[in-house]
Amino acid sequence: MSAPVETSAPAEPAASGARRGSRRQKGIAGNALWFWVFVGPFVLGLLIFSYLPIIWSLVLSFFEAYNTATPSKFVGLQNYVDMLTDHNFLSSLGTFTIFAVFIVPLTFVLSLVLALLVNQVKIARAFFRSVFFLPTACSYVVASLIWRLSIFNGVRFGLANTVLGWFGVDGIAWLSTVSPPWYWLPIVTVRLWLQLGFYMILFIAGLQRISPTLYEAAYVDGAKPGWQVFRYITLPQLRATSVAVLILNLIAAYQAFDEFYNLIGNVNYARPPLVYLYGISLGSIQDLGHGSAGALILAVIIMIVTLLQSRIFGFGKAGD
Amino acid sequence: MPAHVPNAGLSRRDLLKRTGGLAALAAFTAACGGNTGRPSSGGGGGGGEKVNLSQWYHQYGETGTQQAATKYAKAYTDANVSVQWTPGDYGTKLSSGLLSNKGPDVFESQLNIGMVKSNQVVALDDIMADVKDDFQPGDLATNTVDGKIYGIRMIVDPQVIYYRKSLLDKAGIKPPETIDDLISAAKELTTNKVKGIFVGNDGGNALGGPALWSSGGNYLTDDHKPGFTDERAAKAFGKLHELYASKSILLGSPTDWTDPSAINQGLVAMQWIGMWAVPGMQKALGDDLGVFAFPALDAQGKPAVYSGGWTQFVSAKSPNVDAAKKFVKWLWIDQEDDQEDWCLNYGFHIPPRKSLAAKAAKLQSGVAAETVKLTGDYGHTDNPAWTPKMGTAFTDLLTNVIKKGADPAGEIAKAEKTVNTELSRLFG
Repeated sequence: MSAPVETSAPAEPAASGARRGSRRQKGIAGNALWFWVFVGPFVLGLLIFSYLPIIWSLVLSFFEAYNTATPSKFVGLQNYVDMLTDHNFLSSLGTFTIFAVFIVPLTFVLSLVLALLVNQVKIARAFFRSVFFLPTACSYVVASLIWRLSIFNGVRFGLANTVLGWFGVDGIAWLSTVSPPWYWLPIVTVRLWLQLGFYMILFIAGLQRISPTLYEAAYVDGAKPGWQVFRYITLPQLRATSVAVLILNLIAAYQAFDEFYNLIGNVNYARPPLVYLYGISLGSIQDLGHGSAGALILAVIIMIVTLLQSRIFGFGKAGD
Repeated sequence: MPAHVPNAGLSRRDLLKRTGGLAALAAFTAACGGNTGRPSSGGGGGGGEKVNLSQWYHQYGETGTQQAATKYAKAYTDANVSVQWTPGDYGTKLSSGLLSNKGPDVFESQLNIGMVKSNQVVALDDIMADVKDDFQPGDLATNTVDGKIYGIRMIVDPQVIYYRKSLLDKAGIKPPETIDDLISAAKELTTNKVKGIFVGNDGGNALGGPALWSSGGNYLTDDHKPGFTDERAAKAFGKLHELYASKSILLGSPTDWTDPSAINQGLVAMQWIGMWAVPGMQKALGDDLGVFAFPALDAQGKPAVYSGGWTQFVSAKSPNVDAAKKFVKWLWIDQEDDQEDWCLNYGFHIPPRKSLAAKAAKLQSGVAAETVKLTGDYGHTDNPAWTPKMGTAFTDLLTNVIKKGADPAGEIAKAEKTVNTELSRLFG
């Protein structure tokens, strides 16, 4: 049926079609060109500055490499054994656990509460959203310095101690007192201040995706506004967002570095894994073999925990 | 776009493409680049051109030091020397820089045997040969590995305890002679406004070495064994915990012990700090300033002064090692006026050259002179065989003992294990 049509097709339209095809091909080629112009440098950057170092780190983890990034002596799995039996490394994982126990639930609850409040505001919603989101733009280093030098310094004119003074309470050396471990207060609060806004925005986006008809149906069925609606409509509808927030939060907790390093330095009683590994590899010790092994152990732990978390919460299932 | 539109040559899409392309290119080139501190005119060295050298410093706290370092570099005519001044964590930046050929040609640091074994620094015996005898033995020893000298001491920075004479006089306290005296004095001087002493926001880790020396111990013995493992060392570390637990030390100061703000602002009566801060303290406190060494552990012990400082090195990875050595010799051996300027006109430091130290007028009176004397009598320099890994284990020991009140003997055993592993790696 189609053959006669094809054979009898006039030459000019065919030529025109060819030209169109050619233009389309040229367009595709052009798009591809621009794709690589835009994306290529970043892909190259990713390869050179991320994947290559990861591969190099894997290589170094099987070698002795003191004061050099070049493998010097093959040691097999010894660096891994050393790191897994290193009480300082294990203790740094303990520090992370304490930090995560504080920061993950607090961030989750407070950012959700903030999102619910901001989402319900009738006037100046954008203003409140911006106000709470703004700290996200602040550098961790800068925020840590403000916390250390102004708010939580241990002298009598520090902001926190001034407030305590109004109530007749003696000043506290917030960042230097181990017993009780007051240093957790500045560490946790600085991260809360910095990241609540970001997770609030995620929750707001989740809240805005919930269909109003669900609430209407709930009211028709006799649900009371407030806790009941939140418990049976809002929270279940935010499941995907909640899981994402928990996973991102936990990974971010594993990667804690700036606030610890800038608030209390490289001290063994509150040294998260990244600070410890930084000290071994890039600090004055320059033991890149052990540092690489530790970094890869940490990466594997993060992957396992993330996968477990996703499995437990059913993240990524159809319908999310 | 119609031809009559004024900017017909640049559509929105074109603009987006071009700016996007430029941004991507800029991001890529920025990522590929690196600030080595060398002048941007290239490597130089060929066809009679001057070579480019990069000289790295940490950030000194004293006003005018950066300008002085730049002035010396500019005055050198045989090479283009650029100065890179690094605020913050200089040690880490330097360590990373020395791993690559993007690092410095000339830099200041402290020597450890790892730098020599991994071929990061070059020996400077040839340029030191004529002046070796003009340096203090300790300053040579701290830069010597296997009989070769790897650095030229730039400044000697004694660390001691400075105090407000008026506050001690008022309390009827004499400068402490033992650690127990120091603890008692700190307690007596503590009021609701003023703490007895400031030894650092970490609670006194800087005192670990002096406490060890004051007990008669040392980081390492001459035959490369741990020298901090006996009962007296444990007792000395325990005393540091006693000082911490006495609640008479300042904690949480906005600046740390290397800065004299705490004593200058009247927050403490005594402060552990280096002689570099003397001009600043004299400016704030006038003559109300005295000094004593870290006191002896007991009648059997001796007071101790940490004779720290900075040393100039030439990077083995420099593409212009000979030119770098020539510059280092010019600045830190030949230019005596610049060395004197560097040691005396900003903070106070003892000039490492005996001949210069002898005529340093500013160090011949008051607390500066007393500090110089204490350094001569009780000074201890760093041992290059003591590596950063050993140092970290030692600091962990101190933190656990001082802040957590852990058993010193148990903590010593843990640190000893790490130190022994390092010693086996380095010396077999």
